Amino acid sequence: MQSQTIDPAKTELNHHHAAEAVDGHHEEHPDHRLFGLIVFLIAEGMIFMGLFGAYLAFRATLPAWPPEGTPELELLLPGVNTVNLIASSFVMHNADTAIKKNDTQGARIWLAITAAMGAIFLVGQVYEYTHLEFGLTTNLFASAFYVLTGFHGLHVTLGVLAIVAVLWRSRVKGHYSSEKHFGIEAAEIYWHFVDVIWIILFGLIYLL
Amino acid sequence: MTQAQLQETANIPALSEEPGIRKWQDYFTFNTDHKVIGIQYLVTTFIFYCIGGVLADLVRTELRTPEVDFVTPEVYNSLFTLHATIMIFLWIVPAGAGFANFLIPLMIGAKDMAFPRLNAVAFWMIPPSGLLLIASLVVGDAPDAGWTSYPPLSLVTGQVGEGIWIMSVLLLGTSSILGAINFLVTLLRMRIPGMGFNQMPLFCWAMFATSALTLVSTPVLAAGLILLAFDLLAGTTFFNPTGGGDPVVYQHMFWFYSHPAVYIMILPFFGAISEVIPVHSRKPVFGYKAIAYSSLAISFLGLIVWAHHMFTSGIPGWLRMFFMITTMIIAVPTGIKIFSWLATMWGGKIRLNSAMLFAMGFVGTFVIGGISGVMLAAVPFDIHVHDTYFVVAHLHYVLFGGSVLGIYAAIYHWFPKMTGRMLNEFWGKVHFGLTIVGLNMTFLPMHKLGMMGMNRRVAQYDPKFTFLNEICTIGAYILAVSTFPFIFNAIWSWLYGEKAGNNPWRALTLEWMTTSPPAIENFDKTPVLATGPYDYGLEKAKEGVPLSDPDPVLSAGPNSVLRAEPDPAVAANPEDRK
Repeated sequence: MQSQTIDPAKTELNHHHAAEAVDGHHEEHPDHRLFGLIVFLIAEGMIFMGLFGAYLAFRATLPAWPPEGTPELELLLPGVNTVNLIASSFVMHNADTAIKKNDTQGARIWLAITAAMGAIFLVGQVYEYTHLEFGLTTNLFASAFYVLTGFHGLHVTLGVLAIVAVLWRSRVKGHYSSEKHFGIEAAEIYWHFVDVIWIILFGLIYLL
Repeated sequence: MTQAQLQETANIPALSEEPGIRKWQDYFTFNTDHKVIGIQYLVTTFIFYCIGGVLADLVRTELRTPEVDFVTPEVYNSLFTLHATIMIFLWIVPAGAGFANFLIPLMIGAKDMAFPRLNAVAFWMIPPSGLLLIASLVVGDAPDAGWTSYPPLSLVTGQVGEGIWIMSVLLLGTSSILGAINFLVTLLRMRIPGMGFNQMPLFCWAMFATSALTLVSTPVLAAGLILLAFDLLAGTTFFNPTGGGDPVVYQHMFWFYSHPAVYIMILPFFGAISEVIPVHSRKPVFGYKAIAYSSLAISFLGLIVWAHHMFTSGIPGWLRMFFMITTMIIAVPTGIKIFSWLATMWGGKIRLNSAMLFAMGFVGTFVIGGISGVMLAAVPFDIHVHDTYFVVAHLHYVLFGGSVLGIYAAIYHWFPKMTGRMLNEFWGKVHFGLTIVGLNMTFLPMHKLGMMGMNRRVAQYDPKFTFLNEICTIGAYILAVSTFPFIFNAIWSWLYGEKAGNNPWRALTLEWMTTSPPAIENFDKTPVLATGPYDYGLEKAKEGVPLSDPDPVLSAGPNSVLRAEPDPAVAANPEDRK
């Protein structure tokens, strides 16, 4: 309710504030973003763990899994997609290596390739969805299949958007150098996370 | 120098673009100052507490007589569902985050939280989701499957209301995950030089344990709610037995969050009480490491005991045995804390002001809730009283007698720091008296009712329960009345209360070493921890005191304040300070 009283002894602090706001000059703060991102990914990982746990529980309670009459899953397309996604993780790492050497052009190329591979994965997933012989509500396995792969697909989409965003920032805004490249690093870590989750998901749904 | 002059000379840009408080309107903006956000949290959640309390009194009014005569059974179902949802997700959980927001940076000497804007985002998710939930009453299809929303019941009644419930809880869960990320990063990365993990104040330890628990368990609830939403809206049958689904899987996912949630709701206030009791007993806290590590032990054990809510859900016998034993083991770290607080008070010079009264009330009533918790952990007893008022009594002793009294103790203790003014002690004591009487009158008879076999969540009951129910209802009205002295006291004191000064309690933690209310970046220069977290203001820790005007009593000599021998120079009451 009361207004902040300004102690004359603190005016120096406030001058500093003002200078910071006017010049756009920022004091060097220690960088917590990377650590924060990792903590965030723990939470994301736990959502997937919850979904995987539920999947295993359904699998354990039903007499037959997948339930009788579920059409066989085609392995070729998702297999190719898996290889594509794993490869894209290495491509993404190249982008990070390039920017650390201050090779902005190289980083942009690698980022573009990663985004394209991510998009190919998504197109493959949609193609698979349209050609499957069961729908969301066919049975418990079908529902779990669509919800789990779909939720992962949503994360791939976010990852692609993140990569496109850093690519845009690099091209249009001229951001990122060998010193400052947290955006690319964050996108890379997120992309690896999405990749690791897919490997577990693939093993759980297609192979197990 | 006035604000206007300063602004002119320093060329400070328009007010609303800066963090911190200059006008009261700043509390209604997207402010990134952790102190503003902390107060935003506390005021908002308190408003939701009042709404939840009104719903509770409507429930009790219906239960005053055995017949259904006040509201229809359908409305009754919505009333207790919304009461529980609001109290848990919109009051106790975010209130803990409110104190953490205000106190953690001050206690560890940081300028702000690690991610101030994320912090503001986390807060501003709460009002819309709360309004969404309350709006479900207006659309005439409020959620009515209980706060647990067990399928298949939640799938067959009121689709709109249930959908709103899922949306709202998902949003609130997101908010608390974002908050937890912020607290964890702040606590791990932004402590002042010299403050290792074993030199953090106990409230910070408690919030560390709470945030870790939130981070791990809340996403699993989100996963469960996503599947429930698909069942409700898209026609899948994950939890619907008619389509081969398994409702017990939902119960596992729900309680994997919601059992830890009871520790998310109580651990912050364990931490707050660990700060309040030593200060008002004029003694250093007994067993610092025991209290600190027992929080971690409670977090860990809290994650592996969820299925004790499901003893009657048809889980296998050996599983029940596992969950019974682990549940009972939680009494050990909790007991360690209780004994540490008692040992802190033992031989201390106790000041019976409102904060201390609420803290002592907390210890007493929480012990009752804890004991009935151990009783419920025993499988045979649980089967007997499952879904009766015994469970209601237990959870209210823990959540009202524990968390809410803890919140009040913390408010009375830190109000001077937050606002720069003291709360009125007389009205504080009136508030405490009414609360403790109302609390026990409402919830103590419920133990008896439960053992006699009165079911919960039912609007109608056997006439032989009438007398005890009348007592409960009167108690609930007293609880409602008890809030008024507090509300008026808080508003009046904030505007016109006695000026508090920097350190009215002569506490020795870091947050009391700056101005009240603290300036925008908290401290003039980064403080340094010379000895322990509870030694600021003592002679030997003089280096660590960042202020230019140390309290004359505090700096009178080594060991002058917080030692077992009460110092005659230390006033027993804040009134004597003048």
